[in-house]
Amino acid sequence: MSLTVFTQTAQHERFSFHGNVNVGKDVTIDELRQAYHAVVLSYGAEGNRSMGIPGEDLPGVFSAKDFVGWYNGLPCNKELHPDLSCETAVILGQGNVALDVARILLAPVEMLKETDITQNSLEALANSKVRRVLIVGRRGPLQIACTIKELREMVNLPKVRADMLPADFKGIAEVLKDLPRPRKRLTELMMKAVKEGGDDKAEKCWGLRFFRSPVEVLAGADGKRATGIRLALNKLEGSGESARAEVTGQTEDVDCGLIISSIGYKSIPIDPAVPFDPRRAIVPNEMGRVQDTAGLYCSGWVKRGPTGVIATTMNDSFDTARVLIQDMEDGKLDLSVNKPGAKAITALLQTRGVRTVLFSQWEKINAEEEKRGRSLGKPREKLLDVDEMLKIAWS
Amino acid sequence: MAASAAVRSAVGLTQRFVRVSPDCSICPLYRLNACTGATDGFTAPNRRLRTSIGVCQTEDSSSPEEHERVVNVVFIDRSGQRTRVQARVGENALQLAHRHGVDLEGACEASLACSTCHVYVSSEHYEKLPEPEEREDDMLDMAPMLQENSRLGCQIILTPELDGMELTLPKVTRNFYVDGHVPKPH
Repeated sequence: MSLTVFTQTAQHERFSFHGNVNVGKDVTIDELRQAYHAVVLSYGAEGNRSMGIPGEDLPGVFSAKDFVGWYNGLPCNKELHPDLSCETAVILGQGNVALDVARILLAPVEMLKETDITQNSLEALANSKVRRVLIVGRRGPLQIACTIKELREMVNLPKVRADMLPADFKGIAEVLKDLPRPRKRLTELMMKAVKEGGDDKAEKCWGLRFFRSPVEVLAGADGKRATGIRLALNKLEGSGESARAEVTGQTEDVDCGLIISSIGYKSIPIDPAVPFDPRRAIVPNEMGRVQDTAGLYCSGWVKRGPTGVIATTMNDSFDTARVLIQDMEDGKLDLSVNKPGAKAITALLQTRGVRTVLFSQWEKINAEEEKRGRSLGKPREKLLDVDEMLKIAWS
Repeated sequence: MAASAAVRSAVGLTQRFVRVSPDCSICPLYRLNACTGATDGFTAPNRRLRTSIGVCQTEDSSSPEEHERVVNVVFIDRSGQRTRVQARVGENALQLAHRHGVDLEGACEASLACSTCHVYVSSEHYEKLPEPEEREDDMLDMAPMLQENSRLGCQIILTPELDGMELTLPKVTRNFYVDGHVPKPH
């Protein structure tokens, strides 16, 4: 989303931002509920689903969350140092995040240079030996989870060709005309990539691999790092969005030195006092009202699970807001009691040695990143150190 | 959502932002192949074109002087209410809606990264619009209740031949309810 929209909201007289607070540790949800009439949980899904297979912890295996965090400048991922000296990378999962990772691994450096990708990762990618990226999914082409925009960006990548297996697409052409528009256009684009492949002379290639599930990460003779992955071959039972992958018993080994697991994000519990469904990894709720907890709401991925693009989640947030307003109007929120709000919370935090960052202070961090970016011809150069950010914010 | 939508969109969106800033694609000079590349101190060869460039440089809401640069458009909102507005040649329908307080969402600010400005175009005017580029079609895929006459408002550039166009806002936004609840109309 655009910075401008957020900035306009942030500058509203009835809006205030308090950063640098670890909710659940520096202040509890119950303390927030005492200070405010309503509390809304919108903290997304910062954990990731693990594959749960042997060898997953070997060097060379990363979660997409960490890999994306690395090239996007998340402070906690700055020491990731992924080894990009292998020829083949395998990405498990075929959602938009998986395609983003593939694009970053294969895009010409000239393209990446103009973005706000971190300078460290830009240098690492400039020296990368990765030439082939396989994006692997459990089911078939008609079940692929990415959307067409991201697929088109891969198809249109300069100096990269597509390397698909025509066998994976058997029977697809016949059912195309009956598909709903979004699925139809997405499938047509994949078929085009199968047929046309792209620039034959291209050194780099990418491919989708279907009907394959990871069962083991293979280590080399010394057992010290990932050198390959064993994939189980599946067959599809049923069709359409609800088709299931069933084991066939056959497996296939793929040599690779970089394995990125992109099989979904996961919300984590923020505070023991907040109900949490560990199976679905969401806060149990009814239309955004947290179960059995008056005055507590949730929106976005922590409410519905980690799927959906920005527009979906934006609309979901609008829905939670409407529900909250409805509860105010219906008297479900007791507004007769005065609540102290931020005054009480910042005072509490102060006694605990926690200093907050206000929006105007965040803007100093933003301005500094933009300033550093300008000298490098980038929209911004991200600060990777939280202490440095705080120093600038409080200067 | 630190590690999810915001992060994964940052590189892609910023890339796009850098490329389209300033947004030449909505400028009538660019679309008529008359752009001299300058962003200030315009010296457009055609006087008629030059006045409409003022639109890009300033956001003043005074109505244009010459009759042929006004395009009459009607917005029909979700409750059926009609709002007649006057558009300037060269602006897009999203800008037009915002200028007149019409409730058309534009989450990605015309960068072809969402479908929130989805509108239905009156059929005789739909025919007159240039074909959508692939990227617009990709975003339209995400819009609920897509129809033959669906377009993204931010990609509709007002020209004199669109005079009389009616743009209808779709009744449903993308609401998902885990328990299958159907939202009450607001």
